[in-house]
Amino acid sequence: MEHMISLFVRSIFVDNMIFAFFLGMCSYLAVSKNVKTAFGLGVAVTFVLLVTVPVDYALQTYVLGPGAIVTGVDLTFLAFILFIAVIAGMVQLVEMIVERFSPSLYASLGIFLPLIAVNCAIMGASLFMQQRVTMEPTNAQFIGGFGDAIAYALGSGIGWLLAIVGLAAIREKMAYTDVPKPLQGLGITFITVGLMALAFMCFSGLNI
Amino acid sequence: MSKLFSNENKAAFTNPLSMDNPVTVQVLGICSALAVTSQLKPAIVMGLSVTVITAFSNVIISLLRKTIPNRIRIIVQLVVVAALVTIVSQLLKAYVYDVSVQLSVYVGLIITNCILMGRLEAFAMQNGPWPSFLDGIGNGLGYAAILVIVGFVRELLGFGTLLGYNVIPQFLYDAGYKNNGMMVMPAMSLIIVGCVIWAHRSINKEKK
Repeated sequence: MEHMISLFVRSIFVDNMIFAFFLGMCSYLAVSKNVKTAFGLGVAVTFVLLVTVPVDYALQTYVLGPGAIVTGVDLTFLAFILFIAVIAGMVQLVEMIVERFSPSLYASLGIFLPLIAVNCAIMGASLFMQQRVTMEPTNAQFIGGFGDAIAYALGSGIGWLLAIVGLAAIREKMAYTDVPKPLQGLGITFITVGLMALAFMCFSGLNI
Repeated sequence: MSKLFSNENKAAFTNPLSMDNPVTVQVLGICSALAVTSQLKPAIVMGLSVTVITAFSNVIISLLRKTIPNRIRIIVQLVVVAALVTIVSQLLKAYVYDVSVQLSVYVGLIITNCILMGRLEAFAMQNGPWPSFLDGIGNGLGYAAILVIVGFVRELLGFGTLLGYNVIPQFLYDAGYKNNGMMVMPAMSLIIVGCVIWAHRSINKEKK
């Protein structure tokens, strides 16, 4: 239990998907123009993470891992194809749910909803999970069961949500500032994210 | 022969190098561009891997474009890309193991690199194999160019080395020069890419 809480907090602040690993940058930069849409996308990403990481954990443990099906057979090289198939399926599901229950959110997310399938944060979380399964159990990043996998997925999703809502709020204010012409739009956004990442670095010494 | 290198084909190859650069203009493939560039060597390996994968997945999808049913094209594209990435990842593990450890999950994340999906959707689905191949190479190299620039700046200022060789002369260190540890931090790559975009936009505007 203690380890799960530690994993959860670490993946929000220390191993933040955006600021430490730059995962999910494309949609992060494109959908962060207003807070409401950003929040919607953040929730969608968190939900997809919450479903895919435990499913991929099960696949890794019971199908792919060394000796999981037949002793002495290591199928980990198939991970890319299997993980991406799970993710694509889950995104389809989320798309259908959002379209049914919140058509306005569906319209404002537009193309970026199906693009969650190719959001690196989702694939990245599964691949990091695969890496963390093989770590020493004493390591703070170790994932050793479904509980850990869920805590990690939830933490990563909330970290991503926090980052995109923060950036959207800053960009809403920034619309009124006088930025040099060639730096406008993308350039200044990058530099803003850089400064936010610097701020998040102060969490890196956090030991829980 | 002249048909193979017609103006249109040449444009497919040269446009993405600067005018239509995938990273600075189209804003694709940011995640890996930021994460792998703390040193020059992984940046080069990553750039080449993406170039090869983009070129060949473009060719394969372009050959299949008339037989793929429109509804399931995303899945087909993902599977083709995932298969190519698996091959490249195994090759990297076999021949440049240290770099593949350094790149860690980012090799797998080439699957979700937006450059690939973007080019497949926007170019390979409408064009023949040969222009698609050139387009893939061009976009891959445009991406690699940005990676190399960022990797160059970060390794030079952060470690005082290039490709692992010392390039800052000793007397500068004796005179009080210090390596800038900040450059090694992930946050700085965002700010450097922001500056590259700034420079790129101001130059391109002058041309017009």
